[in-house]
Amino acid sequence: MKYILMMNGTKTDFGEYAKWSKQDMEANVAFMRAFSKQLKDEGVFVATEGLGWPGQAKLVRASKDGTPITDGVFPESKEFLAGYWIVDVESPEQAYKIAARASAAPGPGGAPSNMPIEVRQVLGSHSDLGL
Amino acid sequence: MTPLPSDPPIEPLLRDLTPQVLGIVVRRFRDFAAAEDAVQEASLAAATQWPRDGLPQNPCAWLTQVAFRRMTDHIRSESARRHRESEAALEMEQLTPPVDAAPESDHDDTLILLFMCCHPALTPASAIALTLRAVGGLTTAEIAHAFLVPESTMAQRISRAKQNIKGSGIPFQLPTTEERAQRLRAVLHVLYLIFNEGYTSSAGPDLRRADLSYEAMRLTRIVHRLQPDDTEVAGLLALMLLTDARRQTRTNAEGELIPLSQQDRSLWDRQQIAQGVAVLSATLPKGAVGPYQLQAAIAAVHDEAPRVEETDWPQILALYDLLKRMSDNPMVALNRAIAVAMVHGPMKALELLNALKTDARLADHHRLDAVRAHLLELAGDHVGAVRHYRAAAGKTGSLPERNYLLAQAARLSSKLPLTNEQE
Repeated sequence: MKYILMMNGTKTDFGEYAKWSKQDMEANVAFMRAFSKQLKDEGVFVATEGLGWPGQAKLVRASKDGTPITDGVFPESKEFLAGYWIVDVESPEQAYKIAARASAAPGPGGAPSNMPIEVRQVLGSHSDLGL
Repeated sequence: MTPLPSDPPIEPLLRDLTPQVLGIVVRRFRDFAAAEDAVQEASLAAATQWPRDGLPQNPCAWLTQVAFRRMTDHIRSESARRHRESEAALEMEQLTPPVDAAPESDHDDTLILLFMCCHPALTPASAIALTLRAVGGLTTAEIAHAFLVPESTMAQRISRAKQNIKGSGIPFQLPTTEERAQRLRAVLHVLYLIFNEGYTSSAGPDLRRADLSYEAMRLTRIVHRLQPDDTEVAGLLALMLLTDARRQTRTNAEGELIPLSQQDRSLWDRQQIAQGVAVLSATLPKGAVGPYQLQAAIAAVHDEAPRVEETDWPQILALYDLLKRMSDNPMVALNRAIAVAMVHGPMKALELLNALKTDARLADHHRLDAVRAHLLELAGDHVGAVRHYRAAAGKTGSLPERNYLLAQAARLSSKLPLTNEQE
């Protein structure tokens, strides 16, 4: 079963991250790179992507003639997706364990950031015979 | 060696030969992990060379020879890596496989390989991947496609499975007689999981996944041929045949699920049903009855009803009663509840479901809600049915199933007065 592990943050969170020291930033990036490699080595990796920052995010709706109407004004409390991993695991518990590892990514001063990771199942196409 | 029209298709031939060749290579070199890689490489080489140059006279010997060469290379590079005297490598250089390399006992080898790949020390996902490659002869790319993961991930999963086998010191030999029954159950479970994984829409983007059901049936047929007296092996094969016979009608052209009661029975594969029934019937005089045989018998009762109204529900209920005595799987109890509803009415079945609610294994499972919704609908409680169809839709891990459950809810709620709908 596949799960998506999502890192979300408010604009404030992104702003804080932008102020990290070079050393903290490098440690975090190194962790993320190593983490993806571990997932590959463990045979659970499906995909990972990082997203552009909220400053460039737009909400798009279709106008009456179908052309896009864009809006970049969001409430302060809105959480934005920063990046995600998709893993293929044998149980939800295994996905939670992997999410906890991501959550422990180093923050300022190298301490675990304990950032929240949202875990959601990716729907498959087969249905269990239920035997 | 030019390709002749009479040449058998290469892919199935390679798949059939894989366990034989692997058996020979493992026996010679006693390194399962490396031998398995070597055979996969030999197989990939054959897949490019044979269509071009034609089939070799003895495909098994050809594959064995190429795999032996790969093993020699592997051992050489290993010893070089270890900065050792290359005595072993030199010795290997002398190795030439007999041209007519025939497996010592390919039947036993295939069984041994299955026991290894489906060892309880492996997680189901690794056992499935390794079985498909080492015994099924599929390429890593094919397995990765079937499970919709990157090829490198599947390669890593297979390689870790082999490390596990190495680490736990599982020998390349048949398990003892005492162990054997239990280990065979593990093999059947893995084959069942492969079948189930492929049991889905036969339309559109999912076409490839249907191959998994085919592979599971092919491998189960092999086990059945090797263990003709095991009634549960026959039971699993019959179950697969009888279930797969309805494949064409399980979904419509758009991939939407169609429940058993609404399938077009004229499109069921009668020949496959006859095969399944024959395999199952052959086990009856042998006495022992197990869960796969009972599941197959239930599938046969459904398959043999010309119209849904003619389904022999008392017979199905009797089979579920037997099955329930053998298994504490809550899914069995859940499926049995449907049979109870058809024989004794939905109220009786709903009482059974209330008792199941406390089972932790079912507590958050969508099927408990889905069955309850179905029973409530039968009982005429459409408001309750809509609620539970929607609850089930929120819990399932399958997209076609979620769409089906939401469609059931929508169908019923469109008939409800608005006030009830708001509940």
